[in-house]
Amino acid sequence: MKEASAPTRPQLRARYRDVFERPASSRLATPAMILLAAGIFVFGLVDLGFSPARLLTGLHELGWITLMMLPPDPGASLPLYLKALGETLSIALLGTTLAAVLALPVSLLAARNIVPSGVIRFPVRRLLDSIRGVDTLIWALVWINVVGLGPFAGVLAIAVSDFGALGKLFSETIEAADQKQLEGIRASGGNTLQEIRFGLIPQVLPVIAGQVLYFIESNTRSATIIGIVGAGGIGLQLAEQIRVLEWQKVSFLILMILIAVAAIDWISSRLRFAIIGRRAVA
Amino acid sequence: MTATVSVLPQAQLAALNEGYRRAVARRRLRFALAAAVFVAALLVAAMGAEVNLRTLFTYFGNFVGYFDRILKLDSGARVWTDFGEWFWGWHKWLRMLGETLLASYVGTLTGAVGAFALNFLAAENTSPAPWLRFIVRRLLEFARTVPSIVFALIFVIAFGLGPMAGVLAIAIHSTGSLGKLFSEVVENADMKPVEGVQSTGASWISCMRFAVLPQVIAGYASYALLRFEINVREASVLGFVGAGGIGQELVVAIRKFYYSDVSAILVMIVVTVFCIDISTGWLRARLFGKEQGV
Repeated sequence: MKEASAPTRPQLRARYRDVFERPASSRLATPAMILLAAGIFVFGLVDLGFSPARLLTGLHELGWITLMMLPPDPGASLPLYLKALGETLSIALLGTTLAAVLALPVSLLAARNIVPSGVIRFPVRRLLDSIRGVDTLIWALVWINVVGLGPFAGVLAIAVSDFGALGKLFSETIEAADQKQLEGIRASGGNTLQEIRFGLIPQVLPVIAGQVLYFIESNTRSATIIGIVGAGGIGLQLAEQIRVLEWQKVSFLILMILIAVAAIDWISSRLRFAIIGRRAVA
Repeated sequence: MTATVSVLPQAQLAALNEGYRRAVARRRLRFALAAAVFVAALLVAAMGAEVNLRTLFTYFGNFVGYFDRILKLDSGARVWTDFGEWFWGWHKWLRMLGETLLASYVGTLTGAVGAFALNFLAAENTSPAPWLRFIVRRLLEFARTVPSIVFALIFVIAFGLGPMAGVLAIAIHSTGSLGKLFSEVVENADMKPVEGVQSTGASWISCMRFAVLPQVIAGYASYALLRFEINVREASVLGFVGAGGIGQELVVAIRKFYYSDVSAILVMIVVTVFCIDISTGWLRARLFGKEQGV
């Protein structure tokens, strides 16, 4: 039978020394980190020009703006806004499709199991990385310089910046694909292109389609943003109305964006589930 | 040993073949229909977005030429031949970059604190009342669906030009997205400790503090670091609308065609973002181990 008496506290202390007496370094680590984080935070507040007075005036102003936003009212420009919204959706759809079409062949070059040689893979990956490092808005500004103001610049901006992101995602998907099917094609005498077409593409296509749909969804948001720098769509209208302080129109536009984004979310998640089944979500 | 393949009689086979053919045909038809709808949508979109391939082909040279120009100094030499000349404004740019980093740090932390305050109310399993959960969730949804640059545009008018507007925009957007992620972490938490604490007669706040928080804090920190990474990118462009930081310098350089400045600032941004990515990735792996990293 077991000894019934429970160990006394000193006994426990002696047995589990490291539980009862943590070394000072581990006990002080958390408060020190919190203190450091708070210190940087306060320094940031001061350095960035926060002051209670400014905050209060700003909040007061913001309160006024919110009041003036109600009720949302498009005035006479509803058709214009609807057209702009359509433009935004078009930008998202076209930009993502273009990016996906361009990214698929390049992602093959960046995938370890298709191109084993690092000589090609490494520069391709770095290229994709640096494209991704530059924000969509910056690409939009660059394309505006090239093709002029308007939604077309937006399409190209989304296409380029998503090319980087999708290229990376696709190459990761390709690397995760099952090698056995490719080997099977090779064993039956297929060349590399046939390996890719019959061994790889059927495996990765549903996943890739899911990723593309997800990007169309998130690009609806990006496409509203790039309008602010002049690349067309509803963002352009929004930025203009904010600049001329037409708050009722602003709130209406924001509402339109929210509804459009929610609708696209819903449609695309439905489509995604239809394509890849409920189990996997990109 | 030989395995015999049993061949079905012709009549039975024909019926099965027919069924197979029909199944394949149906799939093909469905695929063709989906493709047709997609192409039609693309065409409509192309008209909507004023796609003009002729413009693209005419001006595509400009795109390549643009990169040629931003990689050239005023003297006509390539930028990398004279780093001193290329990064002539590094002092100012580094300060702006520091401002951007600081703004994203302050914004992320504020957002994380806001999300922390709200997420227990938004999570399915810990929310004290359904109506409260509904309100908080809609609030968070609003905060994360409106792009941060739109908030920045409005805040610039309310709070004046400068990084303060940017910080607040980042903070609100981070509250929205972190609030959702945090509440999902809470929903995945084990509820048995909560029952344990509840059975001692503890209040709701004590339940959260002693039963839920220890389980979820690692996930919170991980998501907050990830958010910081994203916010650095966002903060670097918030300057476009006057909300401070390196974006302000960049947009001036782009609009005024200071070509070599554009490339210098871009290089600095990309390198910074890259360093932040690597160091937060390292930190997350170190803090929580690979298996917990979200």
